[in-house]
Amino acid sequence: MPRTAVSPSAPPRSFVWTRRIVLSFLTAFALLPVYVMLSSSLKPLQEVSGTFRWIPSGLTIRPYIDIWHTVPLARYFLNSLIVAGAATMLSVVIAVFAAYAVSRYRFRGKRVFTVTVLSTQMFPGILFLLPLFLIFVNVGNSTGIALYGSRGGLILTYLTFSLPFSIWMLIGYFDSIPHDLDEAAMVDGCGALGALFRVVVPAAVPGIVAVAVYAFMTAWGEVLFASVMTNDTTRTLSVGLQGYATQNDIYWNQVMAASLVVSVPVVAGFLLLQRYLVAGLTAGAVK
Amino acid sequence: MTVTVTERRTDSAAGGESVGKGEARGRLPRIPDRIRRGGLPYLLLLPAVVLELLVHLIPMVMGIVMSFRQLTQFYIRNWGEAPWAAFDNYQVAVDFDAPIGVALLHSFYVTCVFTVIAVGLSWLFGVAAAIMMQENFRGRGLLRAVFLTPYALPVYAAVITWAFMFQRDNGLINHVLHDQLGLTDEPSFWLIGDNSFIALVVVAVWKSWPFAFLILMAGLQNIPRELYEAAAIDGAGIWQQIRRITLPSLRPVNQVLVLVLFLWTFNDFNTPYVLFGRTAPEAADLISIHIYQSSFVTWNFGSGSAMSVLLLLFLLVVTAVYLLVTSRSSRGRRSADA
Repeated sequence: MPRTAVSPSAPPRSFVWTRRIVLSFLTAFALLPVYVMLSSSLKPLQEVSGTFRWIPSGLTIRPYIDIWHTVPLARYFLNSLIVAGAATMLSVVIAVFAAYAVSRYRFRGKRVFTVTVLSTQMFPGILFLLPLFLIFVNVGNSTGIALYGSRGGLILTYLTFSLPFSIWMLIGYFDSIPHDLDEAAMVDGCGALGALFRVVVPAAVPGIVAVAVYAFMTAWGEVLFASVMTNDTTRTLSVGLQGYATQNDIYWNQVMAASLVVSVPVVAGFLLLQRYLVAGLTAGAVK
Repeated sequence: MTVTVTERRTDSAAGGESVGKGEARGRLPRIPDRIRRGGLPYLLLLPAVVLELLVHLIPMVMGIVMSFRQLTQFYIRNWGEAPWAAFDNYQVAVDFDAPIGVALLHSFYVTCVFTVIAVGLSWLFGVAAAIMMQENFRGRGLLRAVFLTPYALPVYAAVITWAFMFQRDNGLINHVLHDQLGLTDEPSFWLIGDNSFIALVVVAVWKSWPFAFLILMAGLQNIPRELYEAAAIDGAGIWQQIRRITLPSLRPVNQVLVLVLFLWTFNDFNTPYVLFGRTAPEAADLISIHIYQSSFVTWNFGSGSAMSVLLLLFLLVVTAVYLLVTSRSSRGRRSADA
């Protein structure tokens, strides 16, 4: 990644000190919940229910064992994985085709399509939730196809946010790839689809990865649709985690342990792929 | 976009020698878009169009129809039979002398104030971090990963942790403010009452400033470094360079960023829902939760749909005005760097 040096000489002390103060504050702000999550997940219930302590007095890994029994965490995990994974794959594949058409061809209705895709991104999820809920219930009634409460139905609702974003980002990314590249491939005898898969897609890997990471993260963290569209067996992590907070007690140490466990895969994946994300955003959104 | 029917390109196959007149721009054959009479672009778009219809357009039309009906829980299984209500739902929603209208207006007001504060702070933190991190120094890569962590954490896991931190008796916030610093006479409630607004803003800013940082960092990479070098030769210090070069150059990025942050923050459901549950305290009653509550808690879908449509109209107007104003103010600028 290219680095731009602001000034050839060393920055003045006023800047260095301001930088230290600002960056320290932001580091503390960013990491405070992470520290709380980690330290509280290692405390016994008795300690986590009392006054907060910065340093745990008795360390235990008990919460990490109990989380799997208090609620069916493994099942929620699997549900989240299936739903977020399928929604990501589906929207990325479909978006690749659509973005290629928009980026490379001139055709009637192109503007209507792009404007529609762009504008649906700004609409609140709640706007689509109510009708989709009713559609699912009614489809289930009249045809017996269970969309409401099923993973398939949830995957479909997740396309409301992942599809427009993926299409929009990939159009920008494909535009940044020289058209000469795939035109040359077509000259060499590739069909349009051949040019797409042999030239454009390989050249757009950073953009596609960025879009996939983003779509997966959003789906993994989604709460609104999951809270309405799931039942006991299809519940995802975002709703399932509330299960630790029932009855009279909230098992805060288990809540924190479970939060950490469900965060590790996405945070690790994100940090590994963040270079792609920055590169993808640069080409796709920030021109 | 108008479609001009042009003859199919054959020139490149023939050796790329000549192009249709008017297309040649003094370089090798280069046509921005391929023009086809065939249906290939439509075929490529088909899956996307079908799904867009399914998840966006049909629900949207249905939502508008629903808003004109008296749609309660009795009609969920057969919503087509719900009685016609004409504009009743809208009238109730904007009747600011009656409880529902008053609550909606209050919720709208809370959401506006919340959005302005949260977007402003997120942008401020993001721009400060991006500028401070523009120049290389030891630990910069690590710090960037740290700053992006709140963005990467799943919302519910992160917000549930904040909810724990804001607990009255066993939370970190009261421990610091009351036990350690002695700033309050007794431990405060943060998730109920007036303080809930502060808690909501803190969590929302924590969640969204890394996104501003990410976008602005990407934007900073497009500023040519010659600008800084020229400024340095002319004797401009680092603060002057930030004010005269960095901030103006970020303008187009900021225009997009602020709009996106506005829409996300205004529509945010996840944060208040995980922090407060299905019913938010009055001081932090964001519009998305409010509509959710009137739809799925009191089971009045007609009224909820009417509120959704009003919200949509508001967002459309704000976005249109914003785009109009920002595109006008940056027109000269854009033609300069194109």
